[in-house]
Amino acid sequence: MTRHIRLAAAFCTLLLLALLVNATRVQVFESRSYDDNIANRRHTIARYGQPRGAILVGGKPVTGSRDSGEQLRYERTYRDGPLYAPVTGFASQEYGTTLLEHTEDGILSGTDSMLSPFPLWNDLTRAQNPGGNVVTTLNSAAQQAAFDGLGTRTGAVAAIEPSTGRVLALVSTPSYDPGSLSGNGRTANRSWDRLNADPSKPMLNRAVRQTYPPGSTFKVVTAAAALDAGVVTDLDAATKSPDPYPLPGTSTTLTNEGDGCVDAPLRSAFEWSCNTVFAKLGVDVGVRDMSGTAEAFGFNDTGVRIPFSVSPSTFDTTLDKAQLALSSIGQYNTRATPLQMAMVAAAVANGGQVRQPYLVERTTRRGGETVSTAGSSRPVRQAMHPATAVQMKELMEDVVTEGTGTNAAIPGATVGGKTGTAQHGIGNSGTPYAWFVSWAQGERDLEPKVAVAVVVEDASADRSDISGGGDAAPIAKAVMEAVLGL
Amino acid sequence: MTNAGTTVTADLPTPAVRLPRRRGIELTLIVVAVLLSVYGYCAVGLAKNDTVPPGAAGYGAGLGVLALLAHIAVRLRAPYADPLLLPIGVLLNGLGLVLIYRLDLETPGDRAAPTQLVWSTLGVGLFIVVVLALRDHRVLQRYAYVCVAAALVLLTLPVLFPAVNGARIWIRIAGFSIQPGEFAKVLLAVFFAAYLAANRSALAYAGRRVWRLQLPTGRVLGPIVAIWLISVGVLVLERDLGTSLLFFGLFVTLLYVATGRTGWIAVGLLLAALGAVAVGRLEPHVHSRVLDWLHPFASIDAGEGPNQLAQSLFAFAAGGMLGTGLGRGHSILIGFAAKSDFILATAGEELGLSGLSAIFILYGLLVERGYRAGLALRDPFGRLLAVGLASIVALQVFVIAGGVTGLIPLTGMAMPFLAQGGSSVVTNWAIVALLIRLSDSARRQPDYAIEVAA
Repeated sequence: MTRHIRLAAAFCTLLLLALLVNATRVQVFESRSYDDNIANRRHTIARYGQPRGAILVGGKPVTGSRDSGEQLRYERTYRDGPLYAPVTGFASQEYGTTLLEHTEDGILSGTDSMLSPFPLWNDLTRAQNPGGNVVTTLNSAAQQAAFDGLGTRTGAVAAIEPSTGRVLALVSTPSYDPGSLSGNGRTANRSWDRLNADPSKPMLNRAVRQTYPPGSTFKVVTAAAALDAGVVTDLDAATKSPDPYPLPGTSTTLTNEGDGCVDAPLRSAFEWSCNTVFAKLGVDVGVRDMSGTAEAFGFNDTGVRIPFSVSPSTFDTTLDKAQLALSSIGQYNTRATPLQMAMVAAAVANGGQVRQPYLVERTTRRGGETVSTAGSSRPVRQAMHPATAVQMKELMEDVVTEGTGTNAAIPGATVGGKTGTAQHGIGNSGTPYAWFVSWAQGERDLEPKVAVAVVVEDASADRSDISGGGDAAPIAKAVMEAVLGL
Repeated sequence: MTNAGTTVTADLPTPAVRLPRRRGIELTLIVVAVLLSVYGYCAVGLAKNDTVPPGAAGYGAGLGVLALLAHIAVRLRAPYADPLLLPIGVLLNGLGLVLIYRLDLETPGDRAAPTQLVWSTLGVGLFIVVVLALRDHRVLQRYAYVCVAAALVLLTLPVLFPAVNGARIWIRIAGFSIQPGEFAKVLLAVFFAAYLAANRSALAYAGRRVWRLQLPTGRVLGPIVAIWLISVGVLVLERDLGTSLLFFGLFVTLLYVATGRTGWIAVGLLLAALGAVAVGRLEPHVHSRVLDWLHPFASIDAGEGPNQLAQSLFAFAAGGMLGTGLGRGHSILIGFAAKSDFILATAGEELGLSGLSAIFILYGLLVERGYRAGLALRDPFGRLLAVGLASIVALQVFVIAGGVTGLIPLTGMAMPFLAQGGSSVVTNWAIVALLIRLSDSARRQPDYAIEVAA
């Protein structure tokens, strides 16, 4: 019997060994794959187990964290949620993250390995760093001015600093409160359903994710292309432009809202926004040079990130002459985001140089030590010859001093601008979009401090070109004043 | 392991040697076990609320007093008993209370630790009664048939009560839930041991020979097979597959040890395989468990979220080598069975592979000490009973631990001492009490030292 008891004991030892080997398999060799399983809630619980880092505007946080006491402990809160929603996006336990909350998630949630002073040590201990902060380039006064200026209307504003590309304002209306989506409860679900069902699309970031026909504001690009290509050499020399202008190869003719566009020189054509003159200029410049200049400004660039992606603005490169004529006045397939049009104005203000726009100045640890900065390695493009830029500045200043953009004039500052009204809808039946692009330089400033683009979707449209000056220009003015401190 | 043996052999110049009782070692180990449990209790509180839990002193005192009373009982009536058995029981029970308390913090509306403490007290009480009242284990041999009758009654009782979570293994009296099958396994072990001890030679040598297997006569084998079949049949009806597997393993082990016929193992394994395949195919409850075991993440792929087994595997994996620390894991995600069938997942997540291995080794030691008593005892009944009780612990640990770690299909059963469940705690204390009694008899024998040393 003794021998058999020993054998039975050996069998029990075998069972014990099997348990130990299997536990080692699960806990050591396969633990990574179990940890990474999408259904494993532990990552989510750890992620919300600590307060999320802050997004800062003008040194003050516009976000916060609230201890909900639930399994997913901390929920995101927002100060002035609707005002900053086009920048912050939302950070929801249920619906994920968007915009800065998305692209900077590693820093904000504390998972970015750069947050750790000793990255290897953290890998070993599996410790989690506290969430870091994201310092934005936004100017809170400009942001507020743009938001107030748009008010209840649908539209967007983008403002950038021409010499650097820092984004100073990014506003989209109607907006929403991202804080209403933070949690995972019934209220978050209801907000999500309501916001998605809303026909005014409050969650659409019109400043960077919506493209509009730029209308007459695109004439800045056409004029720059004409000057760079040498099609126009004297701003005040008469052009050979008929009014009405028959689109080449078609029986359609193009007209103007006002009179005095026949053979108008570039200066007055720009001032009074003559469609006929610019349509013909575009055809004279040709598809190659027109699209070359447009692309130098940033059109057709699919990789723009500020750091979240910006919808590409488009200028068609395979056009017949009639299409080119329409494209040159910002119609047909030409489409631009407000941010892109702000870049156009900024290029003029910055001696023809296009700086890549960016929104994150730097990121820091909880305590404030810098983790990364925007840096100066961003690519710079020359959109036009510097001499052309000087002429373009003149043209844009004239628009504000005596043309369609007088509503944007600021005492004590040099302001250049261009109005625009974009037709859209079937047979141009929709309410035209009112545009205004501009830049401004204070009296004591060495260079222009701000370039801004405004689009208002539901503008009152009595006279097409005036609506840009009437609806959009005052908003641009308020933003520029806020930046200049006037 | 052979420490006791060699020391004694060295001290054996005269036949009138005084065998070491080692009660001091037992007391020291008990103190260590209680301190470890209190430390764990405090660690949970510190991790969850940054304070030492208010009940820490009470918890330590309660556990300490229980352990001390048990120790005194052993000192009085079983002075030669194995000094490891009681400390292991105290440590496992204490750790179980810590784990349940820890999970209680995640389910504020449903506190299980206080009830478990009451049952643990009852268990230690039963331990003391058995150690004090049972002077000689051979007395039990006389009550073999009483035991089997009681076991069958206990097994069939739950049929009269409604099913809970798909298994008909509970009876509810005055707010307390009792799982009578738990008690039945000790009673059946007593019966199997007594019957096989009485009929060993008849089983081993009488009867026909089929190929290489010597069959016993039907008259001898019949009753015990009938008892076993009834138990397993009832359990299958009640859908308590873990316990039916346990009874099967117990039966085959004891038959093998009693007769010494390897053929029985072969027959047992064959029958087990046939039964497993048949039940796995035909019984939907079991079938789904087998499918879960083969594809633990199937429900995730189907978009239904992780099932209990997947959650359990996640918990073990999250623990890694060193664990997250008591109170810092998320094994509550497993859901309603986290405190009972899946308590080991909490240990695996919060104590890591190192802690889990320590727990397995504690069980291993408990089993080994049972087998050691079996080897040392002279009477066949005592030997078989010791082996049977130790095997119950071993099989139970293997079936449940293998189930929750994905080694074998999952069958609902309680981890001895650790899991929430009153009947289980009381039964396991009874098992430890019987092992104490058996090891006392074994080591009391004058030739114990020689036997172990040989």
